Amino acid sequence: MYRYDEFDAAIVRDRVAQFKGQVARRLSGELTEDQFKPLRLMNGLYLQLHAYMLRVAIPYGVLSSRQLRRLARIARTYDKGYGHITTRQNIQFNWPSLVDAPKILDELAEVEMHAIQTSGNCIRNVTTDQYAGAAADEIEDPRVWCEVIRQWSTFHPEFSFLPRKFKIAVTAAATDRAAVRVHDIGLRLHERDGEAGFEVLVGGGLGRTPHIGAVVRDFLPKEHLLSYLEAILRVYNLEGRRDNKYKARIKILVNALGVEAFREKVEAEWATLRRDAVDLPPEEVDRINAYFAPPAFEALAAEDLADEDGDVARFAEANAAFRAWRDANTAAHKAPGYRIVNVSLKDPDIPPGDITDAQMEVVADLAERFSFDEARATHEQNLVLPHVRLRDLPDVWRALDAAGLATPNIEKASDIIACPGLDYCSLANARSIPLAQRIGSDLAAHGDEQDIGDLKIKISGCINACGHHHVGHIGILGVDKKGEEFYQILLGGSASDDASLAAIQGRALSADETVAAVRRLIDLYKERRAAPEERFLDAFRRLGDAPFKEAIYGVH
Amino acid sequence: MKAVTANLLADGRVVYLGVGDGFVERLRDAARFEDAAAKDALARTLARGAEIAGAYLIDVAEDGAPAGREAWKESIRNAGPTVRPDLGKQAAPDGGATSVGER
Repeated sequence: MYRYDEFDAAIVRDRVAQFKGQVARRLSGELTEDQFKPLRLMNGLYLQLHAYMLRVAIPYGVLSSRQLRRLARIARTYDKGYGHITTRQNIQFNWPSLVDAPKILDELAEVEMHAIQTSGNCIRNVTTDQYAGAAADEIEDPRVWCEVIRQWSTFHPEFSFLPRKFKIAVTAAATDRAAVRVHDIGLRLHERDGEAGFEVLVGGGLGRTPHIGAVVRDFLPKEHLLSYLEAILRVYNLEGRRDNKYKARIKILVNALGVEAFREKVEAEWATLRRDAVDLPPEEVDRINAYFAPPAFEALAAEDLADEDGDVARFAEANAAFRAWRDANTAAHKAPGYRIVNVSLKDPDIPPGDITDAQMEVVADLAERFSFDEARATHEQNLVLPHVRLRDLPDVWRALDAAGLATPNIEKASDIIACPGLDYCSLANARSIPLAQRIGSDLAAHGDEQDIGDLKIKISGCINACGHHHVGHIGILGVDKKGEEFYQILLGGSASDDASLAAIQGRALSADETVAAVRRLIDLYKERRAAPEERFLDAFRRLGDAPFKEAIYGVH
Repeated sequence: MKAVTANLLADGRVVYLGVGDGFVERLRDAARFEDAAAKDALARTLARGAEIAGAYLIDVAEDGAPAGREAWKESIRNAGPTVRPDLGKQAAPDGGATSVGER
């Protein structure tokens, strides 16, 4: 993984010192709250419903065991013993004090972490495939380009005050696990004539005006990535609306101009750019690339290479809980004899994405012992151990299970993305977490989650859509009706290669009615699916919304 | 009736303006104002910018419970997250603020 060079270390250290001074001036009364608020937000410090909230950047979701242990220490020392993994592969602490914030940033800087650009109208943490560098279906490691973008966008003077926040995601795999089609810019590395280049999508996003991104360039040579991004950002910076924050995202500009006109402007800007001054020289790309060299995977013996042979298969045969976990929570690895292990943070008894300090230390220990010292945070609010030997799976499972981290539900119905909702967020209209927990408990009570298979449920507590409800196979949006919590059900969304926006099915329901309606939707799907392999989303697309609407509301 | 709520600057804690203009932790202990007096109380609170990170008015009933459209939100804010009864004022050893419970 990437290690800070002297420049990275210096700018982070300087920023901590600067913020320490700003906090001191605020506490002394020298700065007013109006003066201080934009400064604290630039350092990821929000004021939420109960207290301050600090959002810490995890660049493209990659963590070392040392960093994870430090996050555990921060949770224990300065917060209330837990953190919350976000949909930008970051972590949030819900209870820090302003007085402690500079100390926390100091502690983060010691392990090459910070909270820079986790808020504000700037380029946010670049996200990517949580299986990067391990996935069997990737053409190359996308983290190299995430790091290139991170270095280019950090404190970029031209793009520090954009019309609105700006989110970039990168994937290099056949299957999009990074939701690139619903980002301001989505980059999909693919091959043409034996050469890798980027498909560039612009103008995707969720929020109150959801859009699927449009292809602005179908093949961009990799070496021109930064100059092309710079051209897009320049067009947006100049022409994006600043008069109305709800119309300020790039998706509004792309939609207003039309993709052809937008593309022409970008290409015209790109033609005038001095690309040689922006694009990285090959030797610099090589230098960054070296940080992401594959770990030294073992050449394993034949019995360790296949699932059907050896001790692990025998252990699975005798242990149903392990077998369910292995089947649901591990994924194919590019190296023979290895698996990718997902660490579920979706126990229905726990708020989705929450992880205690002790659990962080368990995962850190496992990363160190079994996964070349690496863990990942996922945009679906779980963690990943990317490189685990097949023969180590029983040991890893035992440790995760003992820590409450082995719920076998990855990409299943209870692997729910849920925003913090009204339990924590000052913008929310309704609670998200209790609804996610009730749906998870209902699934556990029915015991049919493995049978249901791939079903993505996503819950947002308000129209800002932090819970990605627009791209849920079943999306749920919390609304306020005269001070009461209600929920709208949306169906048919996807954030993957078959991206689509879910549609609202009708009037909002109470929480009780929503949980019951989700159960009826599942029962309908099980009854009407063409085959056990047909996903909920595919059945919905085949059958149309009428029977599903009827399942939600009954016949009228 | 109205009450003034704020977040303390140093730690972000939710507080309310009490009788005598001190800050109190429990909404039930907050001073209650009629409309005109509430605006004055809010202005006095906002003037204490070195102590707080922000303040605003909330509707309260005669018994001091949150009222109006924001009642549910303010109940959660007064007590703590409904999904973590061990956190927030609802977790205080003295019973703290009344838990907002389920609804």
